[in-house]
Amino acid sequence: MNVLVSPEDKTGTQRKEREVLLDLENVSLSFGGVKAITNISFDIQRGEIRAIIGPNGAGKTSMLNVINGFYQPQQGRITFNGKTRRAMKPHLAVSQGIARTFQNVALFKGMSTLDNIMAGRATRMHRNMFWQILYYGPARAEEIEHRKKVEEIIDFLEIQHIRRTPVGKLPYGLQKRVELARALAMEPELLLLDEPMAGMNLEEKEDMSRFILDVNDQLGTTIALIEHDMGVVMDLSDRVVVLDYGRKIADGAPEEVQNNQEVIDAYLGVSH
Amino acid sequence: MLYRTSGQFKTTYESDQALFPVKQDALLLGVILLAAYVVFPLTASEFTFKALLVPVLIYSLAAMGLNILTGYAGQLSLGTAGFMGVGAYACYKLTTIFPEMNVVVALALSGFFSAAVGVAFGLPSLRIKGFYLAIATLASQFFLVWLFEKWAWLYNYNASGAIEVRTMEFFGIVITGPTATPVTQYYFVLAVVTIIAFAMINLTRGRYGRMWKAVRDMDIAAELVGINLMRAKLTAFAVSSYVVGIAGALLVFFWKGAAEPNLFDIPLSFQILFIAIIGGLGSIIGNFLGAILLVALPVILNVLPDTLGLTINSATMEHVNDMIVGALIITFLIVEPHGLARFWALIREKLIIWPYPH
Repeated sequence: MNVLVSPEDKTGTQRKEREVLLDLENVSLSFGGVKAITNISFDIQRGEIRAIIGPNGAGKTSMLNVINGFYQPQQGRITFNGKTRRAMKPHLAVSQGIARTFQNVALFKGMSTLDNIMAGRATRMHRNMFWQILYYGPARAEEIEHRKKVEEIIDFLEIQHIRRTPVGKLPYGLQKRVELARALAMEPELLLLDEPMAGMNLEEKEDMSRFILDVNDQLGTTIALIEHDMGVVMDLSDRVVVLDYGRKIADGAPEEVQNNQEVIDAYLGVSH
Repeated sequence: MLYRTSGQFKTTYESDQALFPVKQDALLLGVILLAAYVVFPLTASEFTFKALLVPVLIYSLAAMGLNILTGYAGQLSLGTAGFMGVGAYACYKLTTIFPEMNVVVALALSGFFSAAVGVAFGLPSLRIKGFYLAIATLASQFFLVWLFEKWAWLYNYNASGAIEVRTMEFFGIVITGPTATPVTQYYFVLAVVTIIAFAMINLTRGRYGRMWKAVRDMDIAAELVGINLMRAKLTAFAVSSYVVGIAGALLVFFWKGAAEPNLFDIPLSFQILFIAIIGGLGSIIGNFLGAILLVALPVILNVLPDTLGLTINSATMEHVNDMIVGALIITFLIVEPHGLARFWALIREKLIIWPYPH
C-alpha cells in the first residue's frame, strides 16, 4: 500500500496559502427560462476539500456539471490549472485531470469491479486494434502496467474481495466505493464527488469519510464534494460554499458558514 | 470434481489475465478443437458437412459479428443480412475482377467493404439509440437488398441476377465451386472461424471490449471517464460488420455456392439476431451454442425419424420440428433469459463448488 504514499505529499496543516486550482467567475447557467445558477464566483484551492452545500434544487449538481463540462454555462469564465475558458468540454476535463462520481451511481453494471476501474484508465491506454487482436505482446504489457496501478487503488479502497464481481450485484455502499475507485483510476487533480454518502448507514459513512480524507491526504488530490450530511461536511471540509436558488449565499470556513444568518434562514426558512 | 480450481494459484498478472485462468477450461477447449479438427472430419458424412457442420460454423460467425455490436456495444441492429450480402458481393466482385487473387486475400479484403458500409450505416447511432437505431439499421437492410437486385454490375450482368461461385484453388487444392469436396471446405471455414473467434476474444477482453461495454452499460458515464462515444460506436460497427461480411462471403463461397439477393433478406437478419440472443448477448461462446440450437437442431430433428426407422410424412415432421424448436427456445429463455452462455457459466460455477451448495 505504501506505493501510493510518498512522505512529501503529506503537507499537513499548511492549507492557508495554497494556489488556486479552479476559479469560477460570474458563472450563469439557465435552461430556457429556468435559472439554475446565477452569477456565481468561487474558487477551489489546490489540495483542499471544498464542500458545496445548499437545500434541494439549489444548483449544486448543476455546478459540478459546469465544472466538468457536461453543461455549458451561458456566462462566466472557468480557469482550471491556469487555463481560462468560457466552458469546459467533458473530454477536456478528463484529459486535464477532473474526475467525478455521481449522485445516483453511474457504474457499468454488466462489468466486473476490475473492468470498471480499468475503464477509468481508458484515456491512458493507446495500443491500437492490431495489437489488441494479437493480445500477447505490447497490448498485454500495457494491460498489465495499468492493472498494477488499478490494483493499488483496489488495495487503497479495500475492495480486493469484489474484484471479479459484476458491479450490478454489489450492495449500494460498495458500488459507491467502486465508483470512487474508478474516478481515482483517472488520477485526477480535482475530484468531484456528488453526494458520496447518500443513502449510506453510519458505518459506511465513516468508511467513506476515511477514504475521502486518505485520498486528499495521501494522494494529494483536491476534492470538491456535495453532501447533505452536515456532520460530514463540517468535519471533512476546509471551506464551504453555500448555494440557494442558484445564488451563492455564503462562502468560508465551516464554522463561519454555520453561524451565517442567511444560511440558517435558507435551511430552516424564515417567517414572513 | 472435474472442475476443481483449488491449488491453481496466480502469482503474476500475466497468469491471472491468461486466456484460461482455469486449467480445466483450456482442457475443455482442447477437446472441442480436437473434435472439430480431427474427429468430425474422420467420421462425418458428406451430408453432415453440408447440412450441419459448415452452416453451424458460418451462422456462429455471423452471430459473433452481431454480438460485438449488439451484445458488447449495445447497439441493436436488424441489418445483419445486408452486411453479410455486402461481404459476399464484395468477395464475388474481387474474385472476378482479379481472377489471380488468392481467395483468402479476397475474403479478408471483402470484410473491409462490409466494414465501410457498416460504419456508414452506423453513423445514425451517434444520434439515436435503442429501437430507433434498430429501425435505422432496418432501412439499411432493405436498401442493400434492393441494391443487390438493381445494380447489375454487382452480379456481372448475369441473366439470372444471381452470383455463382466459380472453381478456385488454394495452393493447388480446389476449395470453392462444385468440384470442391465438403471436407476441404469444412476445414477452410473452420480455420477462418477459429482465427476470428480468438481475435474477437482478445479484442473483447482488452481495451476495446471495456470501451464497448462501458458505452452499452451507461454512455454518459463512459463519456465522463474519457471514452470517445463516436469512436467506440463506430469501431464496434466496423469490427462487427467486418466479421459479418466475412460470414456472408463464407456463406456463399463455401456453403451455398450461389446466391440471389433475397438470400440476404430480413429473415436471415432475424435468424442471426435470435442466435445471438438465445446464445447470450455479450459472449463469444454463446454464438456457437445458439447456432447449434437454431441451425443444427432442426436438421437433426428432420433426419431423426428416418434413422430410428419411423416413417413420418416429411411435411408433418417439419411442423413438429418447428414446435419442438420453438418450445425449446421458450424454455431456455424462461430458465435463463441471458442466454445459453450464462446457462453454461452457471453450470460451471456449480461444478467448481460441487458437492457443496456455496
